Amino acid sequence: MSGLAGNLRIDRKNFDTRNGESLVALLQQVQEKHNYLPEHVLRELACSRGLSLMEMYSVATFYKSFNLQPRGKHNIVACMGTACHVQGGEKVLEELSRMLGIKPGETSRDGEYSLDHVNCLGACALAPLVVVDGDYHGNMTAARVAALIKEKLREHKGQTAEALNQEIGQKAQSGCCCARLLAGEINSV
Amino acid sequence: MINFMLNGLDVAVEKGTTLLDAASFYGIEIPTLCHDEGLSPYGACRLCLVEIGEPGRSRLVTSCTYPAEEGLLVRTHSQRVVNTRKVIIELYLATCPSSKVIQDLASRYHVTQVRFQQKHDNCILCGLCIRYCKEQMQGKAIGFVNRGVDRRITTPFDRKSEECRFCGGCMYICPACQARCQGPAEKSAVCNACLNLSPPCLDHFGETMCYLDPCVACEQGRQK
Amino acid sequence: MDALQTGMRSLPELLNLQQQLKKRREQQQNYLAVCGDTGCTAWGSQNIKGVFQKCLQQKGLDHITGLKFTGCLGLCESGPVVIVFPQGIFYQKVKESDIEEIVEQTLLQGKIVERLLYQDPLSGEKIIYAPEIPFYRKQERILLVNNWEIDPSSIEDYLALGGYSAFGSVLASMDSEYVIGEIKKSRLRGRGGAGFPTWQKWEECSEMAAAQKYIICNADEGDPGAFMDRSLLEGNPHSVLEGLIIGGFAVGATEGIIYVRAEYPTAVQKIRRALIQAHELGLLGENILGSGFSFNVSVSVGAGAFVCGETSALVASVEGRVGEPRQKPPHLAERGYNNCPTVINNVETLANIPSIISKGAEVYRRTGTEKSGGTKIFSLVGKVRNTGLVEVPLGVSLREIIFDIGGGIKGGKAFKAVQTGGPSGGCLPASMLDLPTDFDELKAAGSMMGSGGMIVLDEETCMVDLARYFLKFLNDESCGRCFTCREGLSRMLEMVEAITKGQSSMAEFALLKELAAVVKDSTMCGLGQTGANPVLSTIRYFAEEYRVHIEEGRCPAGVCRDLIQFQINTELCNGCGACRNKCPVEAIEGEAKAPHLIRAALCTKCGICLETCRYNAVIKL
Ligand SMILES: Cc1cc2nc3c(=O)[nH]c(=O)nc-3n(C[C@H](O)[C@H](O)[C@H](O)COP(=O)(O)O)c2cc1C
Ligand code: SF4
Ligand code: SF4
Ligand code: FES
Ligand code: FES
Repeated sequence: MSGLAGNLRIDRKNFDTRNGESLVALLQQVQEKHNYLPEHVLRELACSRGLSLMEMYSVATFYKSFNLQPRGKHNIVACMGTACHVQGGEKVLEELSRMLGIKPGETSRDGEYSLDHVNCLGACALAPLVVVDGDYHGNMTAARVAALIKEKLREHKGQTAEALNQEIGQKAQSGCCCARLLAGEINSV
Repeated sequence: MINFMLNGLDVAVEKGTTLLDAASFYGIEIPTLCHDEGLSPYGACRLCLVEIGEPGRSRLVTSCTYPAEEGLLVRTHSQRVVNTRKVIIELYLATCPSSKVIQDLASRYHVTQVRFQQKHDNCILCGLCIRYCKEQMQGKAIGFVNRGVDRRITTPFDRKSEECRFCGGCMYICPACQARCQGPAEKSAVCNACLNLSPPCLDHFGETMCYLDPCVACEQGRQK
Repeated sequence: MDALQTGMRSLPELLNLQQQLKKRREQQQNYLAVCGDTGCTAWGSQNIKGVFQKCLQQKGLDHITGLKFTGCLGLCESGPVVIVFPQGIFYQKVKESDIEEIVEQTLLQGKIVERLLYQDPLSGEKIIYAPEIPFYRKQERILLVNNWEIDPSSIEDYLALGGYSAFGSVLASMDSEYVIGEIKKSRLRGRGGAGFPTWQKWEECSEMAAAQKYIICNADEGDPGAFMDRSLLEGNPHSVLEGLIIGGFAVGATEGIIYVRAEYPTAVQKIRRALIQAHELGLLGENILGSGFSFNVSVSVGAGAFVCGETSALVASVEGRVGEPRQKPPHLAERGYNNCPTVINNVETLANIPSIISKGAEVYRRTGTEKSGGTKIFSLVGKVRNTGLVEVPLGVSLREIIFDIGGGIKGGKAFKAVQTGGPSGGCLPASMLDLPTDFDELKAAGSMMGSGGMIVLDEETCMVDLARYFLKFLNDESCGRCFTCREGLSRMLEMVEAITKGQSSMAEFALLKELAAVVKDSTMCGLGQTGANPVLSTIRYFAEEYRVHIEEGRCPAGVCRDLIQFQINTELCNGCGACRNKCPVEAIEGEAKAPHLIRAALCTKCGICLETCRYNAVIKL
């Protein structure tokens, strides 16, 4: 392709800028593949491409969409944008955090759920907003979010209520607090 | 050559000269914390602020990163600069009081109180050590991680770096880890001993020409 | 449609194709526009579309009535929204079960389904046609109007409505100087926040002698509460692309980059698709339409950092580095992406370009004010009745937007303030409602136009809490390079937090103001320089509220947790136990059918009991 600048290449398939494989683009690919940035992959990349490990670590920690720890199977994201905030977003997040027993940014120990917050997803008309595995749920309140999580997780697993209850029962035995919560054994953690 | 106005003085410097270099060439002192002659400018400590532009539409910029421009009006000691600088130094005192460099700045610029909540950090994130490592030692053993309030300096993955050659340059250049003198007010957040004794060394002779030997106010604490 | 398969090589081919598509479109006047924007999708419009499809097929209507999955139709509050064309019948809150009825009644028999119509909250009157709804009637939709008529995944729709004809005429008869002259005449100012005249930026860059120049579309849209850029990219991506290409032509760039934030995956997908289509048609690439002008566009996806909306940080991010702003000068027009001259424009700015060129600057600037021409899209959200996207001429007053278009405050509460400009902006009280929405006026009032987020606040919003919220946001989003931005904002946050806890003093309050001024003055980039605005503007207009927090230990709006208490009014409580069951921390006790009690020591003040109680027995003090 003539007319393209020095080291700017374009991925013909999806027109992505690949500035000589810019570091951000590279890390995005790694994350897409592994769902997080495993240390050994970064070290290998540093070796094979002659990149500075420090630079990689700086970039990976600067941007919020990169994770250095594996993510949970289910991603729960609460919006903390202004519109969501003034309509009670903070309380929704707190309730989620309490229910799942993890702080925002963390993943539950069994690797099932990750909880995160973002600054506006651009659906402010629905504030406060919670996104469960990519599905947007608007007009949340602290009281409604518990029901949503229960329902959503059931739906996503595509299981009958019975099977789910069984699984929850097992989890509850193994001590997962959110499962015990779902099973109704306890109503707080 | 670039001609501009420095504190009312017509001056000329070569193209590409920063305002800080120009000022120091003309003998005007501007305090700095994150600047070092051997390293690239970074503009992080914000101490070297100067006021540029016509009165009424002027703004503050860091002189260490701002290049001299033709016809620019520069004031290094306007009231706005002096006031801002004092609050910044006060904020430094409130953050990292254990540094001699910062205590000296406080005395030098007559900052005598700390109204902010006292904290005891040991790094001001000036980035000198990172630049030293990268630019002088051609290493990339340390760097910034995270952003905003969580920003800090560390090695990759917080493990011992394979690239570090133990030159000790980062420690040498760090303004925050220069221990304070054991002056009369050693433990307080703001020492101001130099101010109280009003020794002329800081004001007039810099560090090199101090005639008190040994100096009770500042020399004792320095481990040579 | 042969031309659609092969790339076009000359201008007449483009004109020909537009004619063909226009004719075809004229024959197809009947269609349903189902809103497919994020808002309505969250209400389930994806399913609605599927059911419509099936239903139309069953009734054998699929050849007569088209089905478009469009971008945002504006009134997100009432989603999912369906508009029946050509009449423009507006149905809101459409459920799957309503679809059969719509098809039966409206499409086959031409009757209206009364129940799904929009009801004017003020007069209670039901309104049939979309343009007559007050929310739309008072707007002037230049950029958004096509959202109703375009399927964003179809370049044919865009071409049929005259898309790319502005680009065509640029190639046919204009040079860079003329284009920039037109933009200058149009008085277009950047919609990204600062309101910098677009022509000036372009001229500066076009005058640079360099083999390689870049034009970047800033689709980072980081201001929380703003989503007009997303809607433009998702609803009408080709209009932004056309603007970008014309901009590229004007400044002499050969490469365009669209920098989209990672939080907008749908927008990324739509814009990629648009690029493929434009390439296939020969509207991008080498020697476009035989004119000798070559231009390529690529997409760069952000990685989650608000500060990357700042131009020099954006460049760093596209280059793959840490998104830290740098000191300017050198300006980007001199040294930008890959050290080449670069110009960066906001999505909405670029979307304005095609209409300026095709209408002519003279016509364009009739809309707007003396100093800035055209319309501005606001995202009207918060405690307002009609939430959604609003496009109005610049200079319209805040009151008109919030009350005439937005329908006033939700739930009969009182208006308190409106927050504009995101974290760089400020809050304006009721006394400022007649302020025209103009870059300079808003700035003088201590706020900012910003990218156009407009968050309406009612009496239940605490301004101190809002200041705390923005400071927290900025603490997380500052790059952390400048000492005064990092440490200054974090100290300010601590001080404001102390106020929300009733642990502050007037002396500390004065110090807060002093520090805010220093942060504003001594930071490098726009984030730090405007970071104190939310605090300063709330102090300016709501000083009394701060004082009450500090001196009386009260939060008048009932928001700051440490200053409020939940109690149960024993006279109203009938002991139903609903709140006791819902309380997440088991802080409520009481026997069935006897008044309950909240144990203050355990209560986390989540407010769930207040939400739950149907007898209004829970009170907030
Ligand atoms: C911290 C910060 C964040 C910004 N975020 C955005 C943004 O999200 N979108 C945007 O278009 N401009 C943003 N800007 C403004 C841009 O820096 C720039 O002025 C704008 O993109 C120029 O385009 P315009 O001339 O078309 O307005 C931001 C500026 C700052 C300082
Ligand atoms: S360790 Fe010292 S030199 Fe390095 S950034 Fe911190 S204060 Fe500066
Ligand atoms: S003002 Fe804040 S965000 Fe901007 S460069 Fe400085 S530290 Fe970074
Ligand atoms: S504020 Fe939550 S989606 Fe915008
Ligand atoms: S010396 Fe200029 S900012 Fe630190």
